[in-house]
Order: sequence, then C-alpha cells, then structure tokens
Amino acid sequence: MLANSGYAEIEELSRVIPSKERLAKGAVAIAECLQSIPCNPCNSACKRGAFLAFKDINDLPTVDVERCNGCGLCVSACPGLAIFVVDESFNETEALIKLPYEFLPLPIEGKDVPALDRKGEIVGTARVVKVQNTKTMDRTPVIWIAVPKAMSMIVRNIRP
Amino acid sequence: MRLDEHPILTFQRGKEVSFTHDGKEMRGFEGEPIAVALHAAGVKVLSHSLVKHRPRGFFCAIGNCSSCLMTVNEMPNVRTCTEPLVEGMRVETQEGRGSLLGKD
Amino acid sequence: MEKTEILIIGGGPAGLEAAIHAAGLGAEVTLIERDPFLGGQLTKQTHMFFGSYEQFAGVRGVDIAEKLKKEIEENPKIKVLLNAAVAGIYPDGVVTVSQKNKFLKFKPNRIIVATGAYEKMLPFPNNDLPGICGAGGVQTLMNLYGVLPGQEIVMVGAGNIGLIVSYQLLQAGAKIKAILEASPNIGGYLVHAAKIRRMGVPILTSHSVKEAYGKDFVEGVVVHQLDEKWAPVPGTEERMSCDVLCLAVGLSPLSEILWQAGCEMKWIPELGGHVAVRDEDLLTTVSGLYIAGDVAGVEEASAAMVEGKLAGMAAAESLGYSVEGLLEKKDSARSELAELRAGHSGDKIRGGIDRVERLTRGKVTC
Ligand SMILES: Cc1cc2nc3c(=O)[nH]c(=O)nc-3n(C[C@H](O)[C@H](O)[C@H](O)COP(=O)(O)OP(=O)(O)OC[C@H]3O[C@@H](n4cnc5c(N)ncnc54)[C@H](O)[C@@H]3O)c2cc1C
Ligand code: SF4
Ligand code: SF4
Ligand code: FES
Repeated sequence: MLANSGYAEIEELSRVIPSKERLAKGAVAIAECLQSIPCNPCNSACKRGAFLAFKDINDLPTVDVERCNGCGLCVSACPGLAIFVVDESFNETEALIKLPYEFLPLPIEGKDVPALDRKGEIVGTARVVKVQNTKTMDRTPVIWIAVPKAMSMIVRNIRP
Repeated sequence: MRLDEHPILTFQRGKEVSFTHDGKEMRGFEGEPIAVALHAAGVKVLSHSLVKHRPRGFFCAIGNCSSCLMTVNEMPNVRTCTEPLVEGMRVETQEGRGSLLGKD
Repeated sequence: MEKTEILIIGGGPAGLEAAIHAAGLGAEVTLIERDPFLGGQLTKQTHMFFGSYEQFAGVRGVDIAEKLKKEIEENPKIKVLLNAAVAGIYPDGVVTVSQKNKFLKFKPNRIIVATGAYEKMLPFPNNDLPGICGAGGVQTLMNLYGVLPGQEIVMVGAGNIGLIVSYQLLQAGAKIKAILEASPNIGGYLVHAAKIRRMGVPILTSHSVKEAYGKDFVEGVVVHQLDEKWAPVPGTEERMSCDVLCLAVGLSPLSEILWQAGCEMKWIPELGGHVAVRDEDLLTTVSGLYIAGDVAGVEEASAAMVEGKLAGMAAAESLGYSVEGLLEKKDSARSELAELRAGHSGDKIRGGIDRVERLTRGKVTC
C-alpha cells in the first residue's frame, strides 16, 4: 500500500491508468498523484489544457486523455515528480516511457540500463532513447526509455 | 566528503586557508563554519561533555543547541557550526566548560 | 538608540515577505537576521515547492530565496542587518541586538517576530553520539556548504522533512539504509515517498530506534518494530550499521523572545508546541508585536510567506500607511491561507489555529 510502504500497487493506480484503447493509440500522461495535497503546477504547465481545472488547490489531478498528446511538458514541472508519459504505440514490441530523473550521472542515449519498478527493484532492462535536459526543464531532466510492452505499467525508474 | 558535482546546486567556496586542530595542520575554505571544515577533514568529535566526558559532535548546525562548542584561539565555548573559518585559526577540542586561561 | 518604524526579526520566507509588504505600504523597515545570508530554511531546499502560483509552486526553495532577496535589496525602504541576533525584547519596547562585537539597541514602533522553528530531539540510549544529528543540520552541511555528513544514513521520520532530506542525501550521493517511521502510515506527502521508494530506499513504518551504538561516534542503530499502540514488539530488534543517524522528528516554534516579551502563549501540539495567541492580523496580546511563519505555528514555507505578507501589511496599516484596496489584499491573503489549509493534510493545522486565534471581527469564538 502506498500509504505505509511508499509504493502504489497496481490496483491503487486504477483511477489514473488510461483505458487499453487509449494506451494503444499513443503517448499519454499518467499522474501517479493519489493523495489530496495543496499543489497544482501540472495544471498550469499543460498548454493543451489536458489537466482538468482545479476547483480547489487540494483537488486530485485528472488528465483528459483525449486532449493529452503525451508531449511531456508536465513531467518536469511536477514538484512531486509523479507524472510519467507512456506510449504503447512506440513500436511493435516496446513501449516508450518518459520519466523525471534528478540524479548524476545522467544516463547515456543508446545504452541499456537496469529498469526499476516502483519499489526500486530491478525488473528488467531499458534502452535509453533520449535524455532531455533543456533550460525550461530547470534541472529536472526527462529520460525517454524503451521497455518491453508488458512492462509499461511496471517500470518507473532506471539506474544508469 | 566534499561534493564537487551536484544535480541541482553549485557551491561557491572561499579561498583555501590553513588552520590547526589540536595542533594538527588542516585546510578548509575561508568563511565556511569551522565545524564544516572539520567534518570535511573527517573530524567528528568536537568536544567532550561536562560530567561524563562523552564525545560531542554537531547536532543542529544553526547555532541553537550548543553541541559544537570548541576552543578557538584560546577562547572557549565558540559555536563552531556558525563561526566562520579564518586563516591561521587555532581550533581545539573542548573538555567540559573549557578554560579562559588556556591550556597551560 | 537606533530608530526604525517596523523591526522584523528573522530573514526566512516569513520575514522577507513581511518586509516587502510593510515597505510596499511605505513603512521604514529594518530586517534582522542572525545568519550571514537571508532566506532561512529556503536556502537549503533543492526541491520544487508545492502550493500554487502565488506561492511560487514548482520553483525550487533556493531559487525562491534568491527572488525574494533581490526584491529586498532593491527596496530603499528596507535596511538589512546580517550576522545580527536579537537577544531580547524589553517591557519598554526596546529590542537588543548583538552583531559581531557590536551591541545595538532599537526602539521600533512595531515588531514582527519571524524566527522560524527548531528541531525536536528523540530520547533513546546513546542519542548524544557524534553522527546523530538533526535533518536541518544535515541539510546545512550538505546543501549550503557542499559537505556530505556521511556515506550510510539511517533516517528517523517519514514526515515531509524526513522524506525530502532523504531525497537530497540521495542526490548528494549518499546511501540511505532505511527510513524509520513509528506510526503505521507515512506522514509526509506520498508523492515524495514514492520518488524515494523507487530509488530502492525501504520505508519501514511501525518501526523506531531502540538505541544507537558506537564508541566515539555512531556506528549503527538497533531498530525495532512497534505495535498499533506504539509499544515495541519483543524479538524484532535488528542491527543496522550507519555512520549518520538523521533525526527528522518534528519542529517546534522558536519562541523564546515571545515569552520574554510577555505574549500570552498556548500549548498547541498541532502547531508544534507553544505558540502566541494572535488575532486575524497576526497581532499578539502584546501591543504592536506581530508574528508570522513557523514561529506562529509550524507549517510550510507557502503558509509562512502568506502570513508574512499579512503581518507586514497589518503592521504598516496600524502605523497609518495604506494603499488602494488594502482591505481586499488582506482578505485575499487570508483566503490564500484558508485554501492552503483546506485539504486533508491541513486538518491538524486548522484545528490548532482555531484554538489560538482570537478573532476581533467577524466570527466570534468561545
Ligand atoms: C527539509 C525541509 C523541507 C521543506 N519543504 C517544504 C516544501 O516543499 N514546501 C513548503 O512550503 N515548505 C517546506 N518546508 C518548510 C519551510 O521551509 C518552513 O516552513 C519555512 O521556512 C518557515 O519560514 P520562516 O520564515 O517562518 O522560518 P525560517 O525559514 O526558519 O527562517 C527564520 C529565520 O530567522 C532567523 N532567526 C531566528 N532567531 C533569530 C534571532 N534571535 N535573531 C535574528 N534572526 C533570527 C533564522 O536564522 C532564520 O533565518 C520545508 C522545511 C524543511 C526543513
Ligand atoms: S503530456 Fe503534454 S499534453 Fe499531456 S498533460 Fe502533460 S503537458 Fe499536457
Ligand atoms: S503537480 Fe504533480 S504533485 Fe502537484 S498536483 Fe499535479 S501531479 Fe500532483
Ligand atoms: S551544532 Fe547546534 S549550536 Fe552548533
């Protein structure tokens, strides 16, 4: 359970995981933010208005999956580092995951690295597709990794 | 251990200076708190307590708790977690209350 | 005797915002800070802050400090004294300040106390060994001066501070053996917990420190499990080696000078300890003395900034200064506070504030 171990079980995430059909269509943001806290930068970061308006700053974020194109702008804007982008249409066998990563050294594009789950346990290998670290990301780089499709909801971190 | 690379921060350090700790020559950066320079050099025990002579290190590092009192240039009870390091300082482990008369 | 209209004690987010808003109304302000720099706790926060746009959400604490500092430096109405600690507030309204080897006396018309908070200690055998230190101490060493306090850390406390300092230790390259939390649930924000957990750091809820061991400095801790009533479960003791045991078990308001000034104080555990009774302008029971930030009740930087804004405007207003729409500005600060405290995580704070706030208008309590 997230509340006593720090990692969410898949069942706890059902509220935020898009439908199979939507996932198959392409990149989409998943905000793994399950507790009401006073926070809303995700809403202001998205230029497409895909984060539904907050009535109260303590509201849980909700992604309008039809508006979201998976651009990933919100990933580095979230202070909780809780937003991931998953693209299950990346290729025949692999899904693409964009995740925030604030550690040194940064991974190297093209290299294989250990893929970790929400507990930080190694569950396989990920290929680093891209390391985005622009000025607007303000020191929260976004790493694009490719993992086997079946791992798209399991892998959430890497160890370069 | 000193950090040179950090994913978020860059550290601006003063010029390198030398000082002594219990007579031993050491180096640190001007302006950083004495306890920081000592810690970077691997010194964790700053004083010994009044009654039971137990070792003491820093606790709060903001000048609130008096866990880091040392004798500096013969002056006892200096809060080394906030006192800036200056070239040539003589820093000594303090025993109990320390003495204004110096060691000998 | 030095003269100033409003004297602000403490240059953290609360004091900085108080100075900016009091001066914004036209008052002459002197800001006293005992550190050699402004910013308080903000200067050690490498992570992006929560809250909303008005409170710089999404901006890193260190960068918020820089922004506020710049505003202060550019304002000719604000005088800043660094390396200056307030020693006392006397019944005749004189405030004494020691700055390096100088001793200064002020006679201000209004005082705003924004001294922040200090860290709580935890009782267990050998808790005085070097290497056992507060989370704030670790942050000072690591984030201000770039010195890593140790290599293998055990953290006590899974509130926001314990979680954030653990994350910062990971960023600085240390290994966290475990985060221990006595309560059955994580107290801090779960998004913070999740980002540490996915780095492989175990968060052990219903666990605490039985004792520390080591000769000249800490070499490890004995950890044990607690039951629902927080009583140790026999036979669950486990040794865990470490070279730093970091305590993040809560903060208490740094309120000595409020006691000394004669403010009516109340014990409100939800706000971290003894806090001063205040009205909706953050005016205490001592005339002309206002409070803001963690000293008024341990919360977050976002709330500290809004309280600073409110106290700064109120203090200047009481001296006869005003601007267009001042009443609305104060009301909007109050609704920002209400909003920050509205959610589930704000329940405790709201309960605490209700017991120390003496409303002089609007809703009547007791
Ligand atoms: C690890 C950690 C993480 C945090 N993360 C967040 C977060 O994500 N979001 C958030 O909103 N908040 C966060 N906070 C909380 C936030 O930092 C504090 O609530 C906030 O700094 C309180 O502001 P303040 O101005 O009241 O006190 P402080 O920032 O503590 O400033 C008080 C100042 O007063 C000075 N002072 C004290 N006594 C005297 C004296 N006698 N004379 C002169 N000067 C004096 C001190 O030196 C200090 O500079 C975090 C805190 C910590 C420790
Ligand atoms: S991924 Fe892009 S489009 Fe989707 S919610 Fe985030 S910022 Fe908006
Ligand atoms: S910015 Fe991140 S942590 Fe904040 S509400 Fe949005 S998803 Fe949650
Ligand atoms: S470590 Fe607390 S006063 Fe220096």
